[in-house]
Amino acid sequence: MQYRTETKRVKGLGTAKHGFGHWWMQRLSAVLMIPLGVWFVVSLMTMESLSPDALMQWLHNPIPALLMALWTLTVVYHASLGLQVIIEDYVHGKAMALTLLTLIKFAMFAMVVATFFSLFKLVS
Amino acid sequence: MAEFSLPKNSKITKGKYVKAEGATNVRKLKVYRWDPDTGENPRTDTYEIDMDTCGPMVLDALNKVKNEIDTTLTYRRSCREGICGSCAMNIDGTNTLACTKSMKDCNDTVAIYPLPHMDVIKDLVPDLTHFYAQYASVQPWMQTDSVPLPDAERLQSIEDREKLDGLYECILCACCQTSCPSYWWNGDRYLGPAVLLQSYRFLADSRDEYTGERLEDLEDPFKVFRCHTIMNCTNTCPKDLNPGKAIAEIKKLIAERHAL
Repeated sequence: MQYRTETKRVKGLGTAKHGFGHWWMQRLSAVLMIPLGVWFVVSLMTMESLSPDALMQWLHNPIPALLMALWTLTVVYHASLGLQVIIEDYVHGKAMALTLLTLIKFAMFAMVVATFFSLFKLVS
Repeated sequence: MAEFSLPKNSKITKGKYVKAEGATNVRKLKVYRWDPDTGENPRTDTYEIDMDTCGPMVLDALNKVKNEIDTTLTYRRSCREGICGSCAMNIDGTNTLACTKSMKDCNDTVAIYPLPHMDVIKDLVPDLTHFYAQYASVQPWMQTDSVPLPDAERLQSIEDREKLDGLYECILCACCQTSCPSYWWNGDRYLGPAVLLQSYRFLADSRDEYTGERLEDLEDPFKVFRCHTIMNCTNTCPKDLNPGKAIAEIKKLIAERHAL
C-alpha cells in the first residue's frame, strides 16, 4: 500500500520546461526531407547507370556530395527523434526505456560518423 | 511495455441473458458487469428491452433495466440532458453520453462498456480521481495580479468573449480523455485532451493574466507533447467540441514563447 494523494501523483517531479524543441525539430526535419527526398529519388532515376563507378563519380561532385550528406543526416536525425517518441510512448520500464534511448543516441552518432567517413573516403 | 492484452482477472466472460416476456418491439442491451465484492471476472449480461414501454435514449433503456429487470446494475447518471457528463460510457465502441445517444442510432444489440482504460469501481462506473486531480493541476480558474476597480467588473469585448466559444461548453465527461491512445499508455503524466482543452479555456481568456505561468507549467515532453494528433478526442466529443484544436493552439502559444 502506498499512501499518496492523487495530486501528489499528478504533480510528480514537476514540469520539465522543455519538450517543444524535440517536437519542433521533428517537424522541421520532416519538412526538410521533402525536397531532399525528391532530389535523391530524381537523381537516381535520371542517372544513366547505377553501377558503383557511376555512383562514385556522381558523389565526387561537391553539390551531390553535400546534399547526400544533408539527406543522410536529416533522415538519421528524424529517425532518432521518431524512435524516441515510440519508446517514450510504449516502453514503461525505466531501465529498459533508458537503455533503448541511449542505444538510439549512440546509433545516431555512429551513423553520422559513418556518413562523413564514407563521403570523405569517396572523394579522397 | 504498454499492455495490449487484458490481465487474466480482467478477461470478460459471458453472463446471463434476460428475456422480455410478451414484448413485440424488442432491442437488446449487452452490458459490462463487474462487482469488486465477488472476486469474479467481469462478464457481459444481455437484457432484452421492450421498446414499447421504454424511452428513446440509451439511458432510458439502462434505467429500465435498473428499475424493472436488475437493480444491481450500477452506473452514474444525473441530469439526463447532456449537461452533467455523469453518464459517459462506451456505447457501440464509441465514448458518448448515454442520455443523448438515441437507441435508434445504435446497433440492434447495444454494447455498453465503461469508459476505456480506466480502473473500474463497479459495472459502468470508472474511477476518475486521477482525471480530476489532473484537471485541478492546471488551475482552471481565472488568475490575475491586477486589482479590479471596486465598482466595475472585468470587461471583455464581444470578440474576445467569442474566443471562449467551443471551450466553455466542455462538461468534463471524460469521453475524449478516455478515447485517446496516448492517454491510455501515458495517462499518469499526459494531461489528456479534456484537461488541455480546459487549460486552453483560460489561456484563451482575455481577462486571465497568468498565460505565461500556465504555458511554463505545460511545456513538458509528457504533459502536452504526448498529443500525436490522433484526433479520437474530437471525433468522440458528445458536445461537438474540438479538443484537438485546443491542444494545437497550446502548441502554437508555446512556439510563440520560443520567439518563432
